[in-house]
Amino acid sequence: MVEKKRTETATANAEAPARSSGDAPLAKTWTTQKARVSVAKAYKMFVGGAFVRSESGRYFQVQGARGSDADPDPETVNVPRGSRKDVRDAVLVAKNALGGWEKRTAFNRGQILYRLAEVMESRRPELVQSLVRSGLAEVAAAAEVDASIDRAVFYAGFSDKYFSLLASSNPVAGPHFNFSVPESMGVIGVVAPERPSLLGLVSTVLPVVTGGNTCVAIASAADPRTAIVWSECVATSDMPGGVINVITGHAKELSPHLAKHREVIGIDAWIVDADLRRTVESEGADNVKRVKTHVPMDAEGWLDERTGQGLGWIERFLETKTVWHPVGV
Amino acid sequence: MTSHENGNGTGTTSLFRAGASAPRGGRFALFEPPPVDAVAVEERAAALAKRSIKKATKVAGLKLAISMMDLTTLEGKDTPGKVRQLCQKALRPLDSDGSIGPCAAICVYPNLVPVAKEVLRGSSVKVASVATAFPSGQSPLAVKLDDTRRAVDLGADEIDMVIDRGAMLVGDYGKVFDEIAATKEACGPAHLKVILETGELGSYDIVRKASEIAIAAGGDFIKTSTGKIQPAATPPVTLVMLEAIRDHYYATGRRIGMKPAGGVRTAKQALHYLVIVKETLGDAWLTPDLFRFGASALLNDVLMQLEKERTGNYQASEDFSKD
Repeated sequence: MVEKKRTETATANAEAPARSSGDAPLAKTWTTQKARVSVAKAYKMFVGGAFVRSESGRYFQVQGARGSDADPDPETVNVPRGSRKDVRDAVLVAKNALGGWEKRTAFNRGQILYRLAEVMESRRPELVQSLVRSGLAEVAAAAEVDASIDRAVFYAGFSDKYFSLLASSNPVAGPHFNFSVPESMGVIGVVAPERPSLLGLVSTVLPVVTGGNTCVAIASAADPRTAIVWSECVATSDMPGGVINVITGHAKELSPHLAKHREVIGIDAWIVDADLRRTVESEGADNVKRVKTHVPMDAEGWLDERTGQGLGWIERFLETKTVWHPVGV
Repeated sequence: MTSHENGNGTGTTSLFRAGASAPRGGRFALFEPPPVDAVAVEERAAALAKRSIKKATKVAGLKLAISMMDLTTLEGKDTPGKVRQLCQKALRPLDSDGSIGPCAAICVYPNLVPVAKEVLRGSSVKVASVATAFPSGQSPLAVKLDDTRRAVDLGADEIDMVIDRGAMLVGDYGKVFDEIAATKEACGPAHLKVILETGELGSYDIVRKASEIAIAAGGDFIKTSTGKIQPAATPPVTLVMLEAIRDHYYATGRRIGMKPAGGVRTAKQALHYLVIVKETLGDAWLTPDLFRFGASALLNDVLMQLEKERTGNYQASEDFSKD
């Protein structure tokens, strides 16, 4: 039996070189057959390091331009429509990931963020393609991806520096040393701006995790696909599962739940709708969350290194601990 | 010691024990429980866990679960302070709402029984003590019986004993039976829960056999696990044990209690266990006298869910007392 199998394999192997060394040129041999069915991606949310569908089973549809004839995505794709329960599950996962993440050394967190930049660079064409699908011009898409990668490098570098910049030794009237040191807060909710879908998400999520927090982000509903492609970068970048969680769906439905959840200690919401901003603010008051609501900046604002990134972005979700220590003999 | 209403008082003689003149364990060489269909048991346990329980039903179920909880601390680092704190938690699980609780019992090591007894005096919360060389049970019988008697003398209302899994696995069922029966005698008025440590038994068939031996030897409760071994309580293993209890009830009319312990961490899991009990044994078993959860982390999750139902907001774990 085994012998027979071996013979079969040998025969199969023997045929292969015969085919390529025949009359047909190599290029023709390797041309894809016309009848091939391309594999379209099932877009899923990113929770706890895994790609999941919504527990509700709901989807919403995203229209997009097809990049080319070879683009496997159809013009209309289904993306999971996250629910209140998805938010809750993600918060739980983020809470469980917190201990491990904040205990890592700042240097190690920086290494992981740099690794994220590396993976984003290698997936650059994919990120650009995704943005083009969402309606951006090729040039604009490329610029947005470049800025996003640079932002990851920026926060990777800042990871082991913000502490020394924000901590202080304070002069006090008495025989005490007095130190203020920044500490991570916990699980932070992020409502990413609709546009720019990639740079907005990267610019809001990365400073939060740089400071040792974990986060649950609600991706842009206008272009959730790019957020998912970016999540694939996160998934392959040594980032521990649960540190960055990306929920797709409607911000109007999800952000009040994120604001209400008592385990979420801070929320950074970039929302156009003034009523929704107010709702997030009032719902967040229940556990005295640190609520930051903003009217989203325009694309130039996000692209600009002076407004779209900085030490202040990290500082927004840090808690300051002040220690009094008696001066020795 | 209050009398339990399930007819398991010490005066009652089990049908299996009546008139046994030969060495009591001997008959189990011949005794063969029905085989367990592992696939069917797992499917059924999984199917019962799919039921969705919401709103008022959920609140009622969770409050029932709290009343069935044996709050447990079984660690080398247990101190009188920790046990007192746990007792307070059992008496009033949620400080902001006195209508929730109390729990069924506190489960501790024998040395800490007097501490718990003192705090719980005058309340309905019982004190359970592990005994018989917990958790391994690998000590001479005399030591195990002495352990049991001392725990009872110190004031334990309930004794959680472990069976000799080694004897069970080599097929020395007589030894297992005799040790349980002797421990039951040593318990005197205290209730006896028999821990099978299903995670070490290896198959559902052995779990079923161990359940029947424990029941026949006089156990008032059968309990899945010590909490020291993984896997601890699982829905399928609980179902197998509940079926043993059910068949014993059909044969004799005697009601045996069940206690899954270890591994029940979330409110949802607790509700699923209650569904399994109701579907297997009926409403009669949905009482702290016949069903208990052995848990420590479970209580806080249940409280968080109850607060979520009351306020509409998901809760933060920091807002609930640990231990």
